[in-house]
Amino acid sequence: MLVGQQQRLQDDIRGLVERFGRQRSSLIPVLQEIQKTHTTISDFAMQVVADELGLHPAEVYGVTSFYAFLRQESRGRFVFRLCQTISCDLAGKARVARQLENDLGIRFGQTTADGRFSLEWASCLGMCDQGPALLVNDRVYTQVTPEQVHAIIDECKSTFGAHARQVAHS
Amino acid sequence: MSPVNSKKTPFTFDSVEPESGLRVALGMSRADIIGEVSACQLRGRGGAGFPTGTKWNLAAAAKVKEGGHKYVVCNADEGEPGAFKDRVILSDHADMVFEGMTIAARAIGATVGILYLRSEYVYLRPHLERVLERRRQNTLLGVDIGGVAGFTFDIHIHMGAGAYVCGEETALIESLEGHRGEPRNRPPFPVDTGFNGQPTVVNNVETFAWVVCILGRTAQWFKSIGTAKSTGYKLFSVSGDCAEPGVYEFPLGITVGELVEKVGGRGAKAVQVGGASGHCIPASEFGRRIAFEDVSTGGSIIVFGRDRDMLAVARNFMEFFVEESCGQCTPCRAGNAKLLEGVEMLQRGECSMTYLQELLGLCETMQLASKCGLGQSSPNAFVSIVKHFKDEIMGRTLVH
Repeated sequence: MLVGQQQRLQDDIRGLVERFGRQRSSLIPVLQEIQKTHTTISDFAMQVVADELGLHPAEVYGVTSFYAFLRQESRGRFVFRLCQTISCDLAGKARVARQLENDLGIRFGQTTADGRFSLEWASCLGMCDQGPALLVNDRVYTQVTPEQVHAIIDECKSTFGAHARQVAHS
Repeated sequence: MSPVNSKKTPFTFDSVEPESGLRVALGMSRADIIGEVSACQLRGRGGAGFPTGTKWNLAAAAKVKEGGHKYVVCNADEGEPGAFKDRVILSDHADMVFEGMTIAARAIGATVGILYLRSEYVYLRPHLERVLERRRQNTLLGVDIGGVAGFTFDIHIHMGAGAYVCGEETALIESLEGHRGEPRNRPPFPVDTGFNGQPTVVNNVETFAWVVCILGRTAQWFKSIGTAKSTGYKLFSVSGDCAEPGVYEFPLGITVGELVEKVGGRGAKAVQVGGASGHCIPASEFGRRIAFEDVSTGGSIIVFGRDRDMLAVARNFMEFFVEESCGQCTPCRAGNAKLLEGVEMLQRGECSMTYLQELLGLCETMQLASKCGLGQSSPNAFVSIVKHFKDEIMGRTLVH
């Protein structure tokens, strides 16, 4: 990691701790914000959070690794989470899964080489009456069919430029 | 591709006048509010069915530890497979949920409220924040609520981070405090030693909304619906093989068969009542009642059509529990993995009856020895599928 990047991450974390308060209950909100901005919670980030909140880094690691929506590995700009639970299973999630792998060119648990897309399974998304359900970042798609997968990916690609510009300006 | 409205029947919530419950509550003593909630015999709508009045009474009587205050927490960590009624309530009736929390705060003397929202529902947050802000502007939250001097209470939203086990109230509190969502030993119970060690009431989204209706319309009205041990209406999230999946309001005590009929699931071979942690009811037992004294549910109903492979269903549930077990206690961590392995053996047609009996013995151990409700209830689906569909699952020759 470049020194400039490290510095920025450190500043961000200090700002977040300031905002949420220097107490243990701020840990998860701080980690969520780091992930939102930096797409990953690196070892370095965990160390800084630990220092700022007065915790052992192992505690921070323990929490980060416990929750499905917190991740140490680098992920894409767009995280695709396909619901794997029973109702979406009955509604045909397997074929949607196959098509997602085909159109993204990756398997579940992987990120595309260009860093744009990650593909993951999710436990019940609470859209059981409208399955198969797919969560792309904060947006939920319902009754997804295999042939719609391509359009969803295209929609992300068309907004990716906007994301990139946002990052460059901040 | 975009979500559609899940509501399939009118809800009682639609016809309740805004703030009618809070208005009544503000004119009552704390003991009277709790008395009313106890009298109607409302039981927790999250699934466990603990009497709400009893919970509030204990929290009201508990002493605050130095320098702190009591908390009211709304459990919006709706993660049970097949459950989505809390999502609909939060979308359409958020005001009622917050109103119910405010009534609870009044009853137990809490000053801080927290809505623990699962991260899968993060898209609801902007809407919920707007509702909270409007309530603050209308003095329904904040200082001197409703003009009652000294009644101070505010609510903030805390996002979950993707863990089914956090629906268990002590795990939820651990998560609020910034820890791994590992359930605590009980006692002490949250009503006495909850968030930050202070007395805390944790109730489900739907429970809070019912409190508003009960105070607005009297306990007598609520008690007149349902059965003697399971009073009132309940929202059901219906999915699976039926013509009209969605959220329905029915009185408790409805039979599984009546429900299947109403949702267009005629011909179903089984219904999973209570989600992955619930029970699989075969068509021969559709006369059973959905109530705390018979088959209970937090609202999840999954219909299985005639051609469904019940072993594949069992496998999906076991994969879910292997993924979602917090790993803290051995019966749950190791037990669910063993059961999944067993289902896979059955699918390959490699499981002897002796080994299957051993697995059922393991299920009993898990039900008895697991630390929290997750492990205690995780074998339910497996046990009921084995019990009712033995002819379908034994001696398989095809690899699925």
